[in-house]
Amino acid sequence: MAGPDVAWYLAVAAFLFGIGALGVLVRRNVLVVLLSLELMLNGGNLALIALSRHFGNGAGQIFALAVMAVAASEVCVGLGLVVALNRRNLSLDVDRLSELRG
Amino acid sequence: MILASAGNALVWIVWVAAAFSCLASGVAVISFSNAFYSALALIGNLASLAVMYLLLNAEFVAAAQVLVYAGAVIVMFLFVIAYVGPRRETPWSGGPGWQTIAAVAAAGALLVEIVVAVGLQASGSLARESKVGAAFGTPAWIGRVFLVDHLFAFEITSVVLLVAAVGGVILGSHTRRTDPGIIGVGAAEEREPEPEMVH
Repeated sequence: MAGPDVAWYLAVAAFLFGIGALGVLVRRNVLVVLLSLELMLNGGNLALIALSRHFGNGAGQIFALAVMAVAASEVCVGLGLVVALNRRNLSLDVDRLSELRG
Repeated sequence: MILASAGNALVWIVWVAAAFSCLASGVAVISFSNAFYSALALIGNLASLAVMYLLLNAEFVAAAQVLVYAGAVIVMFLFVIAYVGPRRETPWSGGPGWQTIAAVAAAGALLVEIVVAVGLQASGSLARESKVGAAFGTPAWIGRVFLVDHLFAFEITSVVLLVAAVGGVILGSHTRRTDPGIIGVGAAEEREPEPEMVH
């Protein structure tokens, strides 16, 4: 079962990371920015797992699992912030959240 | 021989389908004006990524991906999106402003940088793929690697998750009297300030 080379996987991972970065930069809604961050993290995960398979080293998969845990933590805190913002009737537009005063 | 080449072609077909749906759903995530649809598109992205993980002998990570992301993270996203209500935003309308152009240029520059950095490596150390055993990526193998070789990372991960859970609870349950001077900052034109709720 040969399948595609590792470079193909890395290309997909790079494009996924680029799409996520574009989403973070372009979108204004906090929730969509968080979703785009997930895309970026998944691009990194795909590269880690592809290289883990390529080199036959298990540390890449462990790193990918740790990245998943970090992503879950980030979503937990980020969505907590969104809920807190919404409860105080603040806008969810990242351009308007320019001041740190609550 | 024919069987082997047929299997190879099948792997390629599955890979192309997964890669295409992965990138297409990624574009969909950042293009939908409704955040709910973006979150649903991310499920497709995660599923196609799980297929690619399976092709890469990472069965446990693929299962964890589906469980953690599609099972927990996306459900949380959907609940919060439903909680904050609809906020429409049209990302690509109104002509290309300078911010959009700069964002596309920055993302493109980042992509080019990654491709160049990987391409420089691809001719050297990435040329030869190493053989792995049948146990590579199975839950038993992951468990042994995780709990023997990388025990410290495992424990630190649990601490990170605990801190994040505590932080989420504190952020979500923190109540203060709404300052009337703050209400008008952002959302006043989008929705009326609700009467103060008792939490």
